Amino acid sequence: MIALRRRRMSRLAWHEARSGLLFLSPWIIGFLAFTLIPVIATLVFTFTNITLSQDAPLRFVGLDNYLALFRDPQVWVSLLVAFKFAAISLPVAVILPFAVALLLNSRSLRGSALFRVLFFMPYVVPFVAGILIWSQMLNSDTGWINGLLGLVGIQGPDWLNDAGWVYPGLVIIGVWGIGGGIIVNQAGLKGIPTELYDAARIDGAGWWGQLRHVTLPMMSPVIFYTLVLGVVEVLQYFLVPLVLNQGTGEPGGATRFYNLYLYKTFFAFQEMSYGATLAWLLFLITLAFTGILFWSARYWVYYAGESSSS
Amino acid sequence: MTVTAQRPIPAVPLQGTRSIRRRSLRETRTSFLVTFFAVVLIAGFLSPLLRSFALSFQTPEQVSQVGAPLWPASPLTFTFNGRDYPVYKVPINGVTREMALVKKGRTESKFVDPTNAGAGLITWQGGWRTLEPALTFAPTFDNYISVWSLLNYPRLLFNTAAIALIGLIGTVISCTLVAYGFARFRFPGRGFLFLILISTIFLPAAVTLIPTYTIFVKLGWVGTWLPLLVPTFFANAYDVFLLRQYLLTIPREMDEAAAIDGAGPLRTLISVIVPQAWPVIIAVAIFHLVYSWNDFFAPLIYLSTKPDLQTLAVGLATFSANRSAQEPGLIQAGTLMTLIVPVILFLIFQRVFMRGVVITGVEK
Repeated sequence: MIALRRRRMSRLAWHEARSGLLFLSPWIIGFLAFTLIPVIATLVFTFTNITLSQDAPLRFVGLDNYLALFRDPQVWVSLLVAFKFAAISLPVAVILPFAVALLLNSRSLRGSALFRVLFFMPYVVPFVAGILIWSQMLNSDTGWINGLLGLVGIQGPDWLNDAGWVYPGLVIIGVWGIGGGIIVNQAGLKGIPTELYDAARIDGAGWWGQLRHVTLPMMSPVIFYTLVLGVVEVLQYFLVPLVLNQGTGEPGGATRFYNLYLYKTFFAFQEMSYGATLAWLLFLITLAFTGILFWSARYWVYYAGESSSS
Repeated sequence: MTVTAQRPIPAVPLQGTRSIRRRSLRETRTSFLVTFFAVVLIAGFLSPLLRSFALSFQTPEQVSQVGAPLWPASPLTFTFNGRDYPVYKVPINGVTREMALVKKGRTESKFVDPTNAGAGLITWQGGWRTLEPALTFAPTFDNYISVWSLLNYPRLLFNTAAIALIGLIGTVISCTLVAYGFARFRFPGRGFLFLILISTIFLPAAVTLIPTYTIFVKLGWVGTWLPLLVPTFFANAYDVFLLRQYLLTIPREMDEAAAIDGAGPLRTLISVIVPQAWPVIIAVAIFHLVYSWNDFFAPLIYLSTKPDLQTLAVGLATFSANRSAQEPGLIQAGTLMTLIVPVILFLIFQRVFMRGVVITGVEK
């Protein structure tokens, strides 16, 4: 019966399928033209010697680009920069929206709707504008952050011009981007059944106990989601340093991010094949990290719908 | 949980109310502390905006002056006998009075009291250099006026708005069609295609950049708006997802009624689905406007050779890179003129906007 239906769809079903695919066609064409074919082309480019200026005749070079990649110290230096920054910025990107959402969801907070709007608002500020505003705040002499530190007797660093402080500085510049994360975390918190808190209270759990044994496990899918998106984003990070100091890598090469190197290889040096090889390496690294996250999810992400045995 | 409620002995009514009162007092105190903490936090979070706003109304002289106040200020002067004299804060007999310095001297100077100029000159003992100048609240609009022409603001504003609006049309039409296809029609491979759609969100942009850019170069589209506009007519994962989730909540009865009346799928979409889906269509439109307004990378790479076609975000970055750091007033004025539109859009449509973030962020 099922086999029969599969072999010959009824006229009605065929009609429906045709209409459905017709409505999908803008995306299918777009997906082929702007995603699938470019991804494959990028892969093909990695085995060739194409440059944007095209002075050498096209030929296949096998794994030459990949060998060059492994011998290029700039690749490893810039990857290290990206990883170092990720190690500093990812915890902030995950914990800060969660903490603010906890505050906004607190029953003790008055006017939480207004606070929600105000915390979200900077999320819509163009990031170039955000950079210019925050670099003013981080100015070592006139910025308010060092002014505030000075009030409590601390000599603030020269945030954006000191290789030791530039990563925290960049994290501060990015703090206006937490709005989306706050909203997502808050929606997650609202979805936790109140019975769980009641039960925890009866068992004698205080604020910390409830956070540890109810909120955190119930929020683990949301935390997982922000972490995965955060990893994908942070590995591609380079636009802020590009705007801040035109991609020079100052101070002292600390902002020579991997993606910045990729961008320069392609747009400044016009090396398409090598740029494509760098892009594929980035893709593979992103896949590896998200793969590890998905593998680890079974140990710490709790899905309420599933039984724990599966 | 009150302690009195658990006592085995019957609680005296007075004791009960007192304990409730004590408890509500504690709750009020916690509530005050939590709210106060949130106020401090949000003040810090938004203070850069205030700082930027204040700087944009300040003269370059004030910005470069050490110890100048935060608010836009200029030195106060007083006209006496047809000449302008600077006003200082002068301590006389333990009271500080604002007086105009008429005759400077090393150990004593002559002042005139602006409120009582007829009284003539007052001699004050001490070095006038130790005195603090009196300031007046004087916001300058020069920064905004200069930026208007230096940034080529009207032109860039027009470009940014035109690119955002044309892209909005493309996005709304294409994403509505695709979401309708996913939400209402059954066909083999639908689940798989939807999975592919969602997974494109996680694909690093760098992997498609090089061939796409090369094709646009070959087509002669680099230096035109086409690379920014054409892709919007081919749908994107976020907005399709948002629309599909909403369309799934619309009951099918009305579609079916329309189909019985002989309406084709497109007719049903336009006359039945779209009128019921306005809230989410508006959300997609606002999302696209803000996204397009703030987009930096695409206009940077595709319009870098044509400053007259450029958008505000890239124009502002170029402007600030070419200016010296001595002109923060100018740069902050340009910054505020760039962010004002998305911020106002958000404040008007904040409910729609935040609901959209919840749907795309949580349900995936």
